[in-house]
Amino acid sequence: MTALGKLDRANLNGGQKLAVKYFTVAIALFGAQILFGLLAGLQYLYPDFLFGILDFSVNRMVHINAMVVWLLFGFLGSVYWLLEDESGVPVVGLGLGNLAFWIFTLAVVVVVLVYLLVQTGVGEQSSIWLINEGREYIEAPRWADIGIVVCVLVFFYNAAATFAKGRYTGIGGVLVLDLIALAGIYLAGMYYTPNISMDQHWWWWVIHLWVEATWEVLVGCLMAYGLIKTLGVRRKIVETWLYIEVALMFGSGILGLGHHYFWIGTPEYWFTIGGFFSALEPIPLVAMVVHAVFDAGHHKLKSTNNPALAWIIAQAFGNFFGAGVWGFMHTLPQINLYTHGTQWTASHGHFAFFGAYVTMVIAYFYLAIQKWRGGVYMSGNLIGAWKWKWALALLHIGMLMMTMAMLISGYEQSQIERAIEGSSWVGYFTAQAHPWFVQGMQWRQIGGWIFAAGFVLLAWDLMTIGRKETRPVRSLTE
Amino acid sequence: MSQDIWWASESFWRKNAIWITAGSFIVLIFLTFDTVDQITAGGKRVPAYSAINHRISYVFDEKRNFQVPVIGVEEPLFGKKLTEQEAAALVSHGKLTTQAKNCMNCHTLLGNGAYYAPDLTKSWLDPSWGSKEVREQQMVEFLMNPQDRLHNGLGRRMPNLGITEPEARATVAFLKWMSSIDTNGFPANFKPIDQEN
Repeated sequence: MTALGKLDRANLNGGQKLAVKYFTVAIALFGAQILFGLLAGLQYLYPDFLFGILDFSVNRMVHINAMVVWLLFGFLGSVYWLLEDESGVPVVGLGLGNLAFWIFTLAVVVVVLVYLLVQTGVGEQSSIWLINEGREYIEAPRWADIGIVVCVLVFFYNAAATFAKGRYTGIGGVLVLDLIALAGIYLAGMYYTPNISMDQHWWWWVIHLWVEATWEVLVGCLMAYGLIKTLGVRRKIVETWLYIEVALMFGSGILGLGHHYFWIGTPEYWFTIGGFFSALEPIPLVAMVVHAVFDAGHHKLKSTNNPALAWIIAQAFGNFFGAGVWGFMHTLPQINLYTHGTQWTASHGHFAFFGAYVTMVIAYFYLAIQKWRGGVYMSGNLIGAWKWKWALALLHIGMLMMTMAMLISGYEQSQIERAIEGSSWVGYFTAQAHPWFVQGMQWRQIGGWIFAAGFVLLAWDLMTIGRKETRPVRSLTE
Repeated sequence: MSQDIWWASESFWRKNAIWITAGSFIVLIFLTFDTVDQITAGGKRVPAYSAINHRISYVFDEKRNFQVPVIGVEEPLFGKKLTEQEAAALVSHGKLTTQAKNCMNCHTLLGNGAYYAPDLTKSWLDPSWGSKEVREQQMVEFLMNPQDRLHNGLGRRMPNLGITEPEARATVAFLKWMSSIDTNGFPANFKPIDQEN
């Protein structure tokens, strides 16, 4: 056993050793996401910036793809993190899991290099297979899709076989069932059709049923385990809450898919179904806030890992406001007719992905670093605590500034471009040139710089937190 | 203790989670069959690809209370009437071009995509193309050489994506066909190009 505070892989179990690999790549891709977001944001203000070299379409694609992949890496890492602890046995097929990690990482590097260096192809099937599928969020070429499916299947095998060999807790059961859905739904996106209505119909199966259903349940599992670890909440309580969340999440989110079926050629009955069920989608998020805040208060905020708990609480609120409130604001067709495809959507997208997912993955980064350093003390009066607190503050201030700025631009756009001008070419550019829109884009950029500063501080903190600590982790029975 | 109350018990909510998820999924599957049937090309909502042989307009429908696409008189694209098969191949080539050129990461199509450039749902009907007589050629020329054509006060331009003439013509076919899809009145209040003789 090495000294407390020193990074040593011997402090980790098998699954956790793999988890920290996933986390390392995740943080690097998080940085890439921010970098390309800043470039794309600058192009709104200075359209000639990198024109013809790294066009907006390329920067934006890397921005959103880096996000999807780093969150996925974060989730995979988080599941490997809790797997042995939850199931009570070593990960089954860990060698295969390691191999899948390297294949996945290599595939991501190749895909990004092709995005940056090749960028576009000819209008043939070969471009879709080798360069870029050209469908938002799932641009990865088809060969990479197949690679992703294989890696996710290995991951699923690791999780399911480990729980089957050890014990199936409530968290483990929900997790395995959720992963089946998560992997299966991805297949709906691996498909070409000239019919754009059909294309977008199935494309939403992947996008919506990932981010508004299966990913939400996955973070529900992560929150349940996180609350047990940081606060010592009784398993029976978190697992009952988890079932409530699953019932409400899938009960609203599966048919909530209909709110993407208003304007793509799909039948009118989706107005009613999509509007009604998506309006219910915030309810499980309220349940998560109540759950997390109640537990934290019940345990008088005495946690084993203050940064992780802070990010878990941030997740509860961020998920509710970003996904719940911001989504609800424009989910009914009567308003969505004017907001669909404007900066409203971007505002909601930024806040929701950050609030619901980024926060939870960061919480797991902190759980991981604590154990990696031998189970150091990370509760109150932590040495250098200003860093994690300021990282949390800057990331939130930056994100809120971006969200509000884009929302105001979106208000202007929905009025001028959509309602008055009817979305014509002239209407679009009239709205884009309006001072209220331009100011929104300027403030968004400032928010982006603040967010980037928060990221740098977060990365620095994760590298240094607990390094000089000599106290062991606080006991939950204290 | 709370575990004695049936509505707060773990088993009650576990059963609920399973039944509600399964029930929602079954309803979704049922609706998906109907929706897929309704959006298959050749139906009322999503017309056959040979719609590009006709004039497509976007007019207000009193009964539905929003604008709907109407397939009108014969007006073949590039003056050449195509069979259903030829039209499908051309539209497909156009769709593949929009994917390979990553159009969706600047533009929106049916309102989905990125917000750096105009929505393309009704681009075929946009009054900015001038008159319907020059529209097709204008669109082809623009797609092939957009980088020097400043068309807004912002200085925002479309980059040259190396689109060949056949790709540009196919893209125009795809855009024309897309404008014929019944999108439940999206975009609202759109003022289309004058297509009357």
